[in-house]
Amino acid sequence: MKKLFGTHIVEGNKVERLLAKDIDGTKVDSLDDLNFYKKQKRIALKNCGVINPEEIDEYIAFDGYQALEKVLTKMSPNDVIEEIKKSGIRGRGGAGFLTGKKWELTKASEGEQKYVVCNADEGDPGAFMDRSILEGDPHSVLEAMAIAAYCIGANKGYIYVRAEYPIAVKRLEIAIKQARDYGILGKHIFDTDFDFDIEIRLGAGAFVCGEETALLESIEGKRGQPRVKPPYPANSGLWGKPTLINNVETYANIAQIILKGSTWYSSIGTEQSKGTKVFALGGNVNNIGLVEVPMGTTLREIVYDIGGGIPNGRDFKAAQTGGPSGGCIPKEHLDTPIDYESLKEIGSMMGSGGLIVMDDTKCMVSLAKFYLEFTVSESCGKCTPCRIGTKRMHEILEKLCEGKGSELDIYKLEKLATNIQKSSICGLGQSAPNPVISTLKYFREEFKEHAIDKNCRALECKAMSKITIHEEKCKGCGLCQKSCPVTAIEGEAREKRVINQEKCIKCGTCLTSCPFKAIGG
Amino acid sequence: MHENEDTKCCCNKNEKDEFIERLFLEYKPIKDNLIQMLNEIQEHYGYVPMKVQKELSEFLSIPMAEIYGVVTFYSRFSLKPKGKYNISVCLGTACFVKGSQKIMDRLLERLKIAPGETTEDGLFSIEETRCVGACGLAPVFTVNGEVYGKATVQKLDQVLDELMKQ
Repeated sequence: MKKLFGTHIVEGNKVERLLAKDIDGTKVDSLDDLNFYKKQKRIALKNCGVINPEEIDEYIAFDGYQALEKVLTKMSPNDVIEEIKKSGIRGRGGAGFLTGKKWELTKASEGEQKYVVCNADEGDPGAFMDRSILEGDPHSVLEAMAIAAYCIGANKGYIYVRAEYPIAVKRLEIAIKQARDYGILGKHIFDTDFDFDIEIRLGAGAFVCGEETALLESIEGKRGQPRVKPPYPANSGLWGKPTLINNVETYANIAQIILKGSTWYSSIGTEQSKGTKVFALGGNVNNIGLVEVPMGTTLREIVYDIGGGIPNGRDFKAAQTGGPSGGCIPKEHLDTPIDYESLKEIGSMMGSGGLIVMDDTKCMVSLAKFYLEFTVSESCGKCTPCRIGTKRMHEILEKLCEGKGSELDIYKLEKLATNIQKSSICGLGQSAPNPVISTLKYFREEFKEHAIDKNCRALECKAMSKITIHEEKCKGCGLCQKSCPVTAIEGEAREKRVINQEKCIKCGTCLTSCPFKAIGG
Repeated sequence: MHENEDTKCCCNKNEKDEFIERLFLEYKPIKDNLIQMLNEIQEHYGYVPMKVQKELSEFLSIPMAEIYGVVTFYSRFSLKPKGKYNISVCLGTACFVKGSQKIMDRLLERLKIAPGETTEDGLFSIEETRCVGACGLAPVFTVNGEVYGKATVQKLDQVLDELMKQ
């Protein structure tokens, strides 16, 4: 510490030993020079990790609540909506509806009482950007909700947040209290006639409540089952009143758009997808974490430049975006620019921004099964295609993974998938078959291998896989023997080893232990 | 609130009533508050006792069946008490890709109960979680909310051994 202070702060020199290191070991002077940060552009995450989220003064010092003041004192609701529309920002919750348009529709909707709702029910497994924003910069959400309320003519807002995020809930509570103390929430905000207050509502662990109408049901204290649309929430939402619902990340962009202008915002991104998007990069990739990149960045840039590539010298097999509603993107589409349209075209979707990278040890059939398992347990049960259809699909996938499937099953799977897509009530059901459809599209060979040859090339489906040691590659080092938890590997010191198939539990531990890659299917 | 012998539950009566009384003072008797109140009840008891559901039904003037419907819809609410140590394994995508199924399999094998169940001695219960939002630490399991990241079967064994000793 003393050395750090002396050399760095007093003398102004670098302390080599403490510099941040990149994946390849090169040291960099500033965090911004890390490959992980170089290509990122932080708008929604701009304050995360920078300010103390429990201190409103720090938020204000970083231009906080200036946008709200500007809006309330200098702009009419129509001006603001026009600005948001011009910026081109689209909903970050997944479907990508134009935010400005949504505000306009809710404003135009007739009714004395209107509501603003923030969807913070981040249920997508593998996505944690909303959590990060709520925990790192809760005031940005409150500010944007107040701006939205002013535009549409609401005086009451609700934040629906998962109970699984206790820190986010706590920080939101603190933020709301501080904002009330400062007169930023409450009556006559910034000495105008505008009144607005926010309440928190806790979710209770139901994925479907991320769907906007199910979320409204849940705020009303009911089972979170989606409503049939139309009417859309803009006309009939919370307690039948016009309601504006936006996602956390969408709100996090609003104040910046107001302050820096729509021209600045719309200069970032692609023709139809403006601004930046936060992705939760995870899975088999070196750098794991939240990355915020301009729309139109390619998947290759995210996985290889920012993510630092695939660990353990493995190969990229696929990336999954959009969680259980999205699809798998194979190697040949690595250069697709990521925006709403391009992703849709290749059979995936933006979703909330989960981005899971998979290496060649992953079996695509069992991945599809994994997602269906999720949908089956999270389906609310209201409509038949989703409730029963996904169950049947899951059964077929189970059969395939156990080596009991046939080619006919693949056909049935496809047929069911398209039917469920067409006939479910809400987004959850309509998109539930996506993981299956996209894996079938790009990895059909693997499905066929499972169905006809009863073979799982990734060795993940245990019922079919047989692990063997390739004699010609084995050097007799014995590392595999040591790693085997059930002593199924036999052979004397310095001799080639053999796997006793009766004892082998196909856990795969030996696969990674072999330095010569002599063990395989 | 009516208290009679057959609706009594096995937990400590005094503590419970105090809590419920405070809860009923804190919230207005309107239907919208149901999920908020259930969250507090779940937090306090570790489950939602039948008796409390009946009391809620009277307080909020909602049929018992509707309350039961809500309790069973949301995965956070449970009808049975959880174990002293509630272990949940994250089966979200990031954790799945990094092998959380192996952790789950091991846990089921060691405790010999299914997810959602509690061991007979009331010590352990197992839960499947969909995502705790700690994907950077995948695979993850939690014990009473405390997160154990970059988990391996060995790490799980260690934690279990430690807890069993106590």
